[in-house]
Amino acid sequence: MTNDEILAMFSRTLRDLLADESIVLGMDTKRSDVPNWDSFSFVTFIAAIEMELGIRFRVAAVESFATVGDIVAETRTLQGK
Amino acid sequence: MTTMHWLPSPADFRQSLKSALEADQAEERLENLAAVAQLRLGFVETIQVDNALKAIAKDTASGAAAGFPRVRLAVLASSTIDHLLPAIRVAGLRRRLLVEVYASSFGQYRQELKDPASALYGFKPEVILFSLVSRETVAGVLLTASAEEAQGAVAATIDELRGLWREARENLGATVIQQTFLDVTETLFGSYDQMVPGAPARVVADLNAQLAVAVAQEGVLLLDVARSSTRDGIDAWFDVARWLQSKIEIAPQAAPIYGDLVARLIAARRGQSKKCLVLDLDDTLWGGVIGDVGLEGIVLGEGSAAGEAHLALQRYARSLKARGIILAVCSKNEAAIAEAAFREHPEMLLKRADITAFLVNWTDKAENLRAIAEQLNIGLDSLVFVDDNPAERARVRASLPMVAVPELPDDPAHYVRCIADAGYFEAVSFTAEDRQRVEQYAANVERENLRSSFQSMDDFLRGLDMSLVFGPVTAIELARTTQLINKTNQFNTTTRRYTTEELSALIAAPENITLQFRLIDRFGDNGIVSILILCRDRKDPGLFEVVSWVMSCRVFGRQLENEAMNVAVESARARGARALHADFIATARNAVIKDLFSKLGFSRLPGPTPESTTRWAVDLADYPIQPTFIRRGAKA
Repeated sequence: MTNDEILAMFSRTLRDLLADESIVLGMDTKRSDVPNWDSFSFVTFIAAIEMELGIRFRVAAVESFATVGDIVAETRTLQGK
Repeated sequence: MTTMHWLPSPADFRQSLKSALEADQAEERLENLAAVAQLRLGFVETIQVDNALKAIAKDTASGAAAGFPRVRLAVLASSTIDHLLPAIRVAGLRRRLLVEVYASSFGQYRQELKDPASALYGFKPEVILFSLVSRETVAGVLLTASAEEAQGAVAATIDELRGLWREARENLGATVIQQTFLDVTETLFGSYDQMVPGAPARVVADLNAQLAVAVAQEGVLLLDVARSSTRDGIDAWFDVARWLQSKIEIAPQAAPIYGDLVARLIAARRGQSKKCLVLDLDDTLWGGVIGDVGLEGIVLGEGSAAGEAHLALQRYARSLKARGIILAVCSKNEAAIAEAAFREHPEMLLKRADITAFLVNWTDKAENLRAIAEQLNIGLDSLVFVDDNPAERARVRASLPMVAVPELPDDPAHYVRCIADAGYFEAVSFTAEDRQRVEQYAANVERENLRSSFQSMDDFLRGLDMSLVFGPVTAIELARTTQLINKTNQFNTTTRRYTTEELSALIAAPENITLQFRLIDRFGDNGIVSILILCRDRKDPGLFEVVSWVMSCRVFGRQLENEAMNVAVESARARGARALHADFIATARNAVIKDLFSKLGFSRLPGPTPESTTRWAVDLADYPIQPTFIRRGAKA
């Protein structure tokens, strides 16, 4: 998947989870930029992505994600394996 | 990963959800969304349906959601459960229940239960679910603990739970559900874990074993997630990453099935479990098309794997029958050929006599399902229709959405698993009446035959040779009484539901009159089929209120309502009563008795009651004892 494809999939998933159609994620987006994206819904978001793509993020990696771009990069790494 | 494989997959989920929400009226959107909830949904899809439900609920907040009763459920948990709540609500919607869920703040359930000023009390839950983890107990047992010490720690946990259940029941009047403990422990000794009293896996096993005993003693319902996680594999239910990240014990991927298990129990408690398994014949009960291959050609029985798969379905159906589920056949076939298979094929485990309703013809299956429901006098929503043919399944789903239609897998080897996993027949008790039910329905079919052979209704009723055994409800009848009151939707004057404890208190109070009726006729004993509860008015001792009156639909049209009221009037007179009052609270299901009280000679009282309630009264001085064809038997 390309960065754009992954970003589109992430945006769609977060819109579905938070019932907010206005969400558009970019590489620089931080969790605090998105209303209601609290730490708990961040974990369910990670779980939803893992289920959809069939990948598993390392617990330490999830803790280190500062931007959506970090998640995209880690996703590409895991998909490349 | 676990999926609800018995539900059909959506062709295009987003499109289904979008079209469901296009309707103008909120009621219509709710109806459409209930249909979407019948599809196989994943974690995110479930949340999407829940978000749509929340939006609709705002529009129907006035309580305009006719046909969608509301249930208030409080979940008291010692792990994070927020991600499970949408799944509970969606699984409720799947059963036409609007479940309002309250979740205690993390680990605060003990304090909330003890504090009448807490938000939990303010919520007034009807059902309280304890969703607890075993970590505290496991951590409290040393690996070197003796059997006595380990058992003591387990017993202390169970004793604490008993106290919490009692508080939930007595202070909040709620039905209590206790969840079993997931075994998320890692092995220490290998298989030898089970021999070491302090080994974590052994402690969890002991907790669950003692829990099963305790819930039975306390009348608490058990939600056996441990069993499901064993069946699906613990990885389908528990993900250690989620535990580390958010103290989530039941993983997001298990949320849809978890919600369904909870809703099953709530629905079963309300009498909404299915009652009848309707089976297709060709390629379902046996392999092959009997009309083409003949009696000798069908695939069934020992000696072939495929034949044994069909036999396994027959065996499962027979076990369901033994626990009180009615069996019916609905098949497009020549009736004589199908009958011959039941009577003559040596490998047929199911006999013709096991099948209470046998609809074999070339009529449309939806029509035949209607006929089956009518013959058995049960609702269409009590039927499960099992058919290997996807076209027939789609046709029935489209024309009779209230009939449950499992999405059978291609391979008959997995038919039983599909039906079993769907949980259609979830039970909250197993009574003597359950054991006899199938015979009773079969006798009913014979009664119907008798009815059609008589010229007049009077001749029919006289020919039944009915006698009535009745008496006050005592501890012996308590389980059946609770079941009958809580399951009966049609002949139920107030649809008030009671816990065993509430009923226990009602029957113990000397000022109340409780009556249980057992109807016997020439075809057999129908068991306890009606319950009447009258409470003396607090201010006026000459007045009794009919707070609950239920009757099994099996005995409708037999004059039992007249005779039961005769008995009630006599009992009330014996207590010096002057008059009876009764409310009739209309629901979507009890229209069959909307004229009950006026037919019995009660007069309508005026009064500012809600629109759905009518208030009735009768003066006992003038009440004429109604003649019936029912003899009085010995008082039970």
